[in-house]
Amino acid sequence: MTDTATDPALSSSLPAKVETPFQRFRAEFFESRIATGALAVFLIIVLLAVLAPWITPQNPYDLAQVSVMDGRLPPGSESFDGYTMWLGSDGSGRDLYSAILYGLRISLTVGLASGVIALLIGMAIGLIAAYAGGRIEAIIMRIVDLQLSFPASLVALMMVAALGKGVDKIIFALVIAQWAYYARTVRATAMVERGKEYVEAAQCLGISRFRIVFRHILPNCMAPLIVVGTVQTASAISLEATLSFLGVGLPQTEPSIGVLIANGFEYMLSGRYWISVFPGLALLLTVVSINLVGDHLRDVLNPRLKK
Amino acid sequence: MFQSAASGGERDLTEPLVEIRGVSKRFTKRLDVAGKIAQRLGANIREETVHAVDNVNLSILKGEVLGLVGESGCGKSTLGRVVAGIHAASDGQMFYEGKDVATLTGADKRAATLAIQMIFQDPFASLNPRMRVEDIIGEAPRMQGIVSKAEIPQYVDDVMRKVGLDPSLKKRYAHQFSGGQRQRIGIARALAVKPKFLVCDEAIAALDVSIQAQVINLFMDLREELGLTYLFISHDLSVVEHIADRVAIMYLGRIVESATTEEIFSDPRHPYTKALLAEAPRLDQRRRAFEPITGEIPSPLDPPPGCTFHPRCPVATAQCRSTVPDLKPGRGGRETACLLEHGETV
Repeated sequence: MTDTATDPALSSSLPAKVETPFQRFRAEFFESRIATGALAVFLIIVLLAVLAPWITPQNPYDLAQVSVMDGRLPPGSESFDGYTMWLGSDGSGRDLYSAILYGLRISLTVGLASGVIALLIGMAIGLIAAYAGGRIEAIIMRIVDLQLSFPASLVALMMVAALGKGVDKIIFALVIAQWAYYARTVRATAMVERGKEYVEAAQCLGISRFRIVFRHILPNCMAPLIVVGTVQTASAISLEATLSFLGVGLPQTEPSIGVLIANGFEYMLSGRYWISVFPGLALLLTVVSINLVGDHLRDVLNPRLKK
Repeated sequence: MFQSAASGGERDLTEPLVEIRGVSKRFTKRLDVAGKIAQRLGANIREETVHAVDNVNLSILKGEVLGLVGESGCGKSTLGRVVAGIHAASDGQMFYEGKDVATLTGADKRAATLAIQMIFQDPFASLNPRMRVEDIIGEAPRMQGIVSKAEIPQYVDDVMRKVGLDPSLKKRYAHQFSGGQRQRIGIARALAVKPKFLVCDEAIAALDVSIQAQVINLFMDLREELGLTYLFISHDLSVVEHIADRVAIMYLGRIVESATTEEIFSDPRHPYTKALLAEAPRLDQRRRAFEPITGEIPSPLDPPPGCTFHPRCPVATAQCRSTVPDLKPGRGGRETACLLEHGETV
């Protein structure tokens, strides 16, 4: 057997290291200081929320630890139990610092869980639509259009009104409100990828349909999905806060950020700003940091915006 | 190790390896609901059908290189994709080693699918950007059970060496290679399933001229070594003249002339072939002014009646506007689709 000689000139100009697409993406992402900072802020928020039981003086869900004697104390006051309430307390006597961290736990859980579930459902439906084509695609995409013509907050509000309160019900409502965004994104990307020559090559090589969809097309659809997923997670968090603020989200006994803001709302005019403002800032910081990361992800992952 | 069924260099130029009969490929743009309503209301829209390939007969003999030449938009790439099994033909039959491909099942069908592989034009879009070279090349042989899982690394190394790639680069991704190297990866991917027939769709058009020569030489080396048969689709006449044994000229979805390379280039018969050859740049004709073929290639949505070339043909007669010429032997036994060549005009 004779081997065609390797041309040494061809291999000399290459970079010496193996560079995975992920490594390339990571290098480009950290070029932006704003995005790096936003990611750091978000990770700190996640860390604080996860560690809440160990770094807060009070468990705001445990009624035995909450004293009405501590109600509406301004920031920096000392509580009845002797610890300092750096961010003050709300009307029921909850330490706001503790309540915010516990509230973030709920907000992040709801946002991430509904984001991941909606992504998986939307992805499957979008892929089916793109690959099946014809009537199935038409039906699926008309349902998506119908759903997207309503504001997400309205859909979520209707779902919660029908289902009642509770974390699981909120997550379900948010999934119903958001799956359509993912389905539309995946379908559009999959249609583009499907027409590319590497998919034709895979067909030619006799690779099964299932494998072509999940191993060839899907990995190439991930970039826009990640971007939509980030932005939608941020919007799920603020949607949950909206629902809780309106009193249809989570119950008073499990205060999420939205419930805290709503609780402080009535005291705003009497000068007790801290009850609403500090939870509001926490929500703002969370949503803005996720959105900044999402924006930059879009810039990095969109080949048309590449320098 | 790497070997093919046909021993290297053997050419049996009598038996067709692949034959297509009466193959057409139409693409129809269907109206959606909104379009249908608009049509009811009297809007001037209709379902549009493109006859990309129209009633083509072609046979490719074992071991030969058939060049398929035509302007862009004439349907040569679509014909190549039908032959490679990527598009299903709208009409007609395709035979592989004398058997109708549509009737094959199970292992026979798989063998026929794998025997015909395609090399694509765009060395960027034709490789999956999320896969390592070893997976791009090794996936199909592993899935198809050509090589056991344990032997895959060795097998991938062999195939890479065969196309002139350094096996130490196999952990890399496609974006880390140059255009010529990517095209070699595409060739290696096709060779990994031990094909007998390669459809090369403008396989060198996107490469630099210096790299083009290397890749053409690679094709020819592989042909000698593995006894491959090629359908070489190109718009570049000089390349086709260099490597093809036989040439088919395509115009607006139909084959208008088919002959050996010598015959086509020394004595073209169809007026379209004559015009194409006259305009090909040649070193010995540097000083002459080129006269492009008058008019544009007509839209395949609305092809002209009769011979589709008549609006641009310098020798068209009245009959050419109404009678569709078939591809059949005319004067001197040469296959053309021209009424004048068939002696059927007055």
